[in-house]
Amino acid sequence: MKISFNINGQPQSVEIEDPNTPLLWVVRDMLDLKGTKFGCGKAACGACTLHVEGEAVRSCSYAVKFAEGKNVVTIEGLGDRENPHPVQQAWIEHVVPQCGYCQPGFIMATAALLAKNPNPTDEDIDNNIVNVCRCATYTRMRKAIHRAADLTPSSKVLNE
Amino acid sequence: MKKLRLLYIIPVILFATILLATDFNEYAEENNNRTFTRQTAESTEYFDQMMSALTHPRCLNCHPSDNKPKQGIEAHPHYFGVERGKDDHGFTATNCNTCHQEENNDFSGVPGAPHWGLAPASMNWEGLSKTEIATSMMDKSRNGGKTPKEILKHLTEDPLVLWAWNPGIDAAGNPREKPPISKEAYIAAVKGWFEAGAVIPQ
Repeated sequence: MKISFNINGQPQSVEIEDPNTPLLWVVRDMLDLKGTKFGCGKAACGACTLHVEGEAVRSCSYAVKFAEGKNVVTIEGLGDRENPHPVQQAWIEHVVPQCGYCQPGFIMATAALLAKNPNPTDEDIDNNIVNVCRCATYTRMRKAIHRAADLTPSSKVLNE
Repeated sequence: MKKLRLLYIIPVILFATILLATDFNEYAEENNNRTFTRQTAESTEYFDQMMSALTHPRCLNCHPSDNKPKQGIEAHPHYFGVERGKDDHGFTATNCNTCHQEENNDFSGVPGAPHWGLAPASMNWEGLSKTEIATSMMDKSRNGGKTPKEILKHLTEDPLVLWAWNPGIDAAGNPREKPPISKEAYIAAVKGWFEAGAVIPQ
């Protein structure tokens, strides 16, 4: 079965036997975009978070067939070294990662939050950023999220 | 003489009228009771069958009374502090569709169905009796302004309601428990209850 979608601004088609295959597997194993991580495999930890039509989704629990015709953004498409997304920039400034494995998921979840709520309160962060970090970098992440909100021009988020 | 006759006739007519009225009232009452009893006897079985499904955790978990969705057959609070949010679909960026899609996902064990989300807060059923649940269900001020016909359609055709009979598997691969009666028996009971007048046993 052929499934077509845009990923990180580029059109992409994949031939896949089972259309219920998780988008995460397609992104990592077929498209070789390894930034999105496999964590728990049951939509709990958030390491696999990416964006579909601007919404944060757990790609381990998102059948690739649902991506047909949609815009998908992974951590690779959020920004780069020369032009980092404000969330990536804030993450660097606050030296957030420890082991780093879960961080792409947190960054994608935060970018999705700021796109809808440019100035989140601590309560908003608690409610919306529910990913899991085994290194417990939560305090630095909270600071970085507030910093990213300061850095985020609304146009940047909307154009993402 | 005429006056004397009237004096006899008027009380007789009055007495007869009272007797007739009393008989009619008794008949009407009896008749009403008979109708009510017949409807109750007929619909109570349907009602109980319908409610055996509607009070099952597969249904009640999304009708919380504390704005916190429940999970599992033991109805524990939804993991990750998930709550109703402003539109019954969770918080701004982390909402129901962050994890739940239009179908069950057998890879992750995450359940899914169209318009996955909580029932409106006015339809909080958790902790209510069967009678209270049915009363709220039929109350237009609480059921989103739905007519009985629309409620019947919701109960028997809405894919999210009927998901209870296709609940998929959990993260460990174990099938989720279904309501105690089959989908077909549930739909027949709901239709039967409505056809019998949707009488709510008190």
